[in-house]
Amino acid sequence: MTQIFGDYNEGQPDSPEFLIIGFSPSSVPLKQRWRNNGLSADFMADYLTTFFLGSEDNPASMRRQAEIKGAVSFIANELLENAMKFSDETSSYPISIQLQLHPERLMFFTTNSIPTQKVKEFQGYLEELVSCDPEEMYVRQLEKNALDEMSTSSRLGYLTMMSDYMARLGWKFETVQKEPEVMTVTTMVELPV
Amino acid sequence: MMEIKTDDYRIWYEPDTNAVYCQGSLRLSGMAEYAPIAELLDEVVDREPSQIVLDLQGLEFLNSSGISMLSKFVIKVRHKKTIHTIVRGSKAIPWQGKSLKNLQRLMPSLTLEWE
Repeated sequence: MTQIFGDYNEGQPDSPEFLIIGFSPSSVPLKQRWRNNGLSADFMADYLTTFFLGSEDNPASMRRQAEIKGAVSFIANELLENAMKFSDETSSYPISIQLQLHPERLMFFTTNSIPTQKVKEFQGYLEELVSCDPEEMYVRQLEKNALDEMSTSSRLGYLTMMSDYMARLGWKFETVQKEPEVMTVTTMVELPV
Repeated sequence: MMEIKTDDYRIWYEPDTNAVYCQGSLRLSGMAEYAPIAELLDEVVDREPSQIVLDLQGLEFLNSSGISMLSKFVIKVRHKKTIHTIVRGSKAIPWQGKSLKNLQRLMPSLTLEWE
């Protein structure tokens, strides 16, 4: 069974220009591999700058390169943090992040397993997210976080991408195995460049 | 002087100027990990100075949990009503140009200064 939320699309899976990094979730405890999220995100951002060359004679091109690098680094890091935090720890299903290059847009896809008992709550949040005014919901979320001392999740990652980076987001839920049931969620982020 | 220093970041408070400096890369895994930094900021607010400067010009990266932490600080200052807050950002650091304006939306009297 497949369920779609938001503006999900596959991009071009056969796109000739892409980068995928995969992780085996159970190999090292989360705390130890947390730093790897930032390293992987920065690597993707660095790698990408070879396709958006800046010229020192042209300050606008340098600024654009820095903007794209910063955006990729932020988005890839947030996606990896979410995948690491919310994947099903009891499953050995790998976590992956893919970056596709297209004219005028970049597409990110992260895939991770999700505990079946968490799916409903997450989908409820996504329904709220896809129908909201991101700027308004962003400020509301900041105010809510300030009142909630116990909250473990800031719920700001997707909202920041939508509100500050003008990104389009979508999600695909799939059942990839029965007995025991394994569900995955693929998060898509489309960034205009 | 209050200071938190790791391989990835350094946060410190300079009492003479009532300024908190954040430098490096802050990508901690959640509110619990941000707690020591939040406590440092709370301590500055509790002193109730007439002005607080939050200098982010050396903060290259901040994840969304970190944005949440800074917004909690701004909301706490807002509740005090008497503290003038200046946030110093750098246009050369892309996330700041995109996201720092949100702090001002939480507290319109906050001054954003760009390098």
